[in-house]
Parts: sequence; C-alpha cells; structure tokens
Amino acid sequence: MTTTIPAPRSPRRLRGRTNTEMYAWMFMRASGVLLVILVFTHLFVNLMTGDGINALDFGFVAGKWADPVWQVWDLLMLWLAMLHGTNGLRTVINDYAERDQVRLWLKVGLYTATTITIVLGTLVIFTFDPCPPDAAADLLPSFCPVP
Amino acid sequence: MSGGRARTPGRPPSQSEGSTFVPKAPAGTLYRGREGMWSWVAHRVTGIGLFFFLFAHVLDTALVRVSPEAYNEVIATYKNPIVGLLEVGLVAALVFHAFNGLRIVLVDFWSKGPRYQKQMFITVLVLWVVLMVPFTIRHLSHVFGG
Repeated sequence: MTTTIPAPRSPRRLRGRTNTEMYAWMFMRASGVLLVILVFTHLFVNLMTGDGINALDFGFVAGKWADPVWQVWDLLMLWLAMLHGTNGLRTVINDYAERDQVRLWLKVGLYTATTITIVLGTLVIFTFDPCPPDAAADLLPSFCPVP
Repeated sequence: MSGGRARTPGRPPSQSEGSTFVPKAPAGTLYRGREGMWSWVAHRVTGIGLFFFLFAHVLDTALVRVSPEAYNEVIATYKNPIVGLLEVGLVAALVFHAFNGLRIVLVDFWSKGPRYQKQMFITVLVLWVVLMVPFTIRHLSHVFGG
C-alpha cells in the first residue's frame, strides 16, 4: 500500500477524497467521554451498591431492564463500546500487520465479530422476556405473575 | 525542560560514556521512554484487553435469552474468588483507560493540554489510585465475604 503525500499547503480538495479518518478520530473522543459516564455508572450500580456482585443474577437483570432508562443505557453502552473498541483494534491492526493480505483478513474478521456481537446484544435487549413461562418461579423477578 | 538529553531506559550506553557525549543511538527525546510513550503503550494494552472482555461480556449477558438457569450458572463464575481478583485487574485497566482517554481529549482540545500533558499523566495515576483503593476493598469484601 503506497500513500502519496501531497505538497504542503496544497488546496484541501486536492489532498484526498473524504475525511473518514478525521471522523473516526472525532468519534473516539466523543464516544470515549460518553463511555466514561456510562461505564462508571454501570460498574457503580452493579458492583458497589447493595450486595455488589453477589446480587447479580437473572432477577437482577430483569429488574433493571424493566426500566426503559437502563435498556437505553445498556444499548448505548453496547454500541458505543463496540464501535470504540473496533476502531481502536482497526488502528492496532493497521499499525502492526504489515502484509496487505494479513491486514485485510484481520479486519474482515474484526468487522464480522463486531457485527455479530452488536446485532446479538441489541436483539437480546429488545426481545428479552423477564418472565419466561417454563422457568422456576424462584429464579424470576418478583413482578412476574405467580402461576 | 531539563530532560532533553536525559539518560533514557533502552538507550545503549555510548562507548564514550563519562567523557564527551557521543550518542550511538538516538538519545532520549521528549517522547521516547517518557510519560508520553508509556501512557500510549498502556492505553493500547488496556484497550485491547477491555475489547476482548467486552465480547465475552456481551455473550454471557446474552444467556438471559436462553434461560434463567443458564445465565445464573455463568454469572456464578464471576463470583469465584480467583475471577473476583481478575475483575479488580479488569476495573484497574478500565479506570486507567478512562482517565488517560480524558487526558488525550484535553491534550487534543485544550490549548494548554500539550504543555501540561506530563502533569495530567500524574493526575491520571493519582485519580487511578484514589478510585482503585475503595473499589478493591469493597469488591473483594463482596467476593470473599460471601
């Protein structure tokens, strides 16, 4: 892969096609700041309050996702963290994988894994059933109807 | 700045060390072997680690869609004492990545950011300790206290 570096101070329109890399750079900073708030709150609520990690189970998740605020919170976290991480790894691959074929296939694998994970996570948040009909009642959140 | 020609780790000693200074390899710079470089290395390493955990975490959470039993069984792994210690490492990586990321934003967008990048790096380390100490105490008391 060869890159032609234009003469300094040449007009912007001659320098290249689009500003994709600038938008990626900007996205890393914007999503990063948002993720600090989203993830720190996520960790505080799930690990520091109440019984911390010992309280985590199906009923805990169901109780949280009964509130649309936490659904949107987790959805935003999923999308932003996945895209932030994917762009980070894209940068790492571009830096260290020197052979064109290796670089290409690493990125194909990365984007495939990212797409599958984002689609799966999004589906889980929106199709989640807090009261599955055939589950043991003591594993379910308290708001589920008693059979 | 006093550190322009400081002896840097990684620079091979020149044969004339002690007499006239004739570097055989590029001498230490403002970047190489200093806060700027090490924060960049740590940001990469923690970022890659966090990204791989994120895949695992989305997959384990997806088990809520399989059955309450399946989810609870996998979440029990996170309550294991050894995994509990690994979680402290995970949060340590995350908190560093978060604060150093904010430092990068300030270096890029704050007019005085580049001038204070070293002071901001020390601030990152201080804030990291300030958050990690109470987190570690509380989290491990949950993990080991039952």
